[in-house]
Amino acid sequence: MASIVTQAGRIAWKDLRIELRSREIIYTMAFFGALLVVIYSFAFPAKADLVRAAVPGMLWVTMAFSGTIGIGRAFDRERENDTMRALLLAPIPRLAVFFGKAISITALVLAVSLVCAPLIALFFNAPLFEEAPMLLLVIVLGSAGIAVIGSVFAATLLKVRSRDVLLPVILYPLLVPLFVAGTNATAALLTASPNIDGVLVSDPNFPAAWYWIQFLGFYDLAFLVLSFWIFESLVIE
Amino acid sequence: MKRLAVPLTAALAAIGMTVSLWLIFVNAPLQWGKNSNDTLNMSSLFFNQKIFYFHVAHAFMLFASVFVAGTCSIAFLKTRNARWDDIACAAVNVAVLFGAVVLVTGSIWAKPAWGTWWNWEPRLTMSLLLWLILVGYTLVRQFAGASADRVAAGMAIFGMVGVPFIYKMVGSDSHPASGANGVVATLGPGMKGAFWLSVVSFMCWFIALVVFRVQSIRAARELRELREAALDAGVLE
Repeated sequence: MASIVTQAGRIAWKDLRIELRSREIIYTMAFFGALLVVIYSFAFPAKADLVRAAVPGMLWVTMAFSGTIGIGRAFDRERENDTMRALLLAPIPRLAVFFGKAISITALVLAVSLVCAPLIALFFNAPLFEEAPMLLLVIVLGSAGIAVIGSVFAATLLKVRSRDVLLPVILYPLLVPLFVAGTNATAALLTASPNIDGVLVSDPNFPAAWYWIQFLGFYDLAFLVLSFWIFESLVIE
Repeated sequence: MKRLAVPLTAALAAIGMTVSLWLIFVNAPLQWGKNSNDTLNMSSLFFNQKIFYFHVAHAFMLFASVFVAGTCSIAFLKTRNARWDDIACAAVNVAVLFGAVVLVTGSIWAKPAWGTWWNWEPRLTMSLLLWLILVGYTLVRQFAGASADRVAAGMAIFGMVGVPFIYKMVGSDSHPASGANGVVATLGPGMKGAFWLSVVSFMCWFIALVVFRVQSIRAARELRELREAALDAGVLE
């Protein structure tokens, strides 16, 4: 078990090192996410109460869209250099390959969310940082879920011609519970109620946020176990 | 026996549907509820309630097929026997049709009962999500090329594992409760028989369609395999 973790760590580190040298995926993903945030600012009326209600959705839609792009690209890189076969032939368990990929993609999605969340906070004047540690936990769990399920299907779609269209077709229906839980958790952390003067002050609903965080945890765990179990039989060449 | 499966279930379905049509529209009473002061209450739907017999019968098959497809896909990935995959694919194909019926009849019910064609009420959301997973499965089947069967099998399994999360996500609802102590138990004497007969006949109809579809999918697959074998052997150009 320990060896799988180190091997997965090596795969993830390899991916991240390639990424740190070219910075292709992270720059394009983050720019795409930033563009989405700019588009939201035209698409939604800038009223304080409306924005507070819409901000969680914006965050998670951004993660969904840019996440799909990042996952697709991360696996395209293996296809272009025909290194997926090398990875699968490597004398390590395939679980380690999958786990490593999932880790590196989690890092990418997380990085993009950490770029976009401050942008949303800036453009919409949203109090995203008042509960920063808990929000970070929600985003980490969400990114991990997107990356795990995304890696399984991006790996199986590697040889398919229309994979760019099919990846979201497969992922979004399966990921809806994750998006709903993430949005609800974020919304619970952003809850505000009027104070004596009628001014909105934040009043986080911690029990609700905690419920959805647990939901995300169980969701990630269930699909991680399922992916471990199924990955090998899905990617046989 | 195998050759009789389709005619037999289809005939049962035809007889059952004819009788249940009579039971539904002639024998079963109109549905209405009374307040304590003997005035009609809001739950009165009168003739509109008749669609319930079709709606619920189709919904049962939609939910069942998610599990049929998931279980058969597990068996397919474990055994690599394409016969399991044929069953999963056929069940999903037919369930897409049944799901469309569920959503349309549900909307027709929702208009008089709740005054709107669609609200994001939990049970509606759940049916829609399951239906979307099945539609995604069909798209993958169609367009994912050579590895379509594996990718689609993965999607069916992930979809099945996701059901408890979707269920948990949608939470409690205002939908007429189903199950033993739900709306079925409160049906009047003339309604219960019509309801169960309708469920059984639509189940027979579902099975007939699935078996029929399995036969055609299997024939298409065997033809394709034969063609490939002939190409390999150099018999065909």
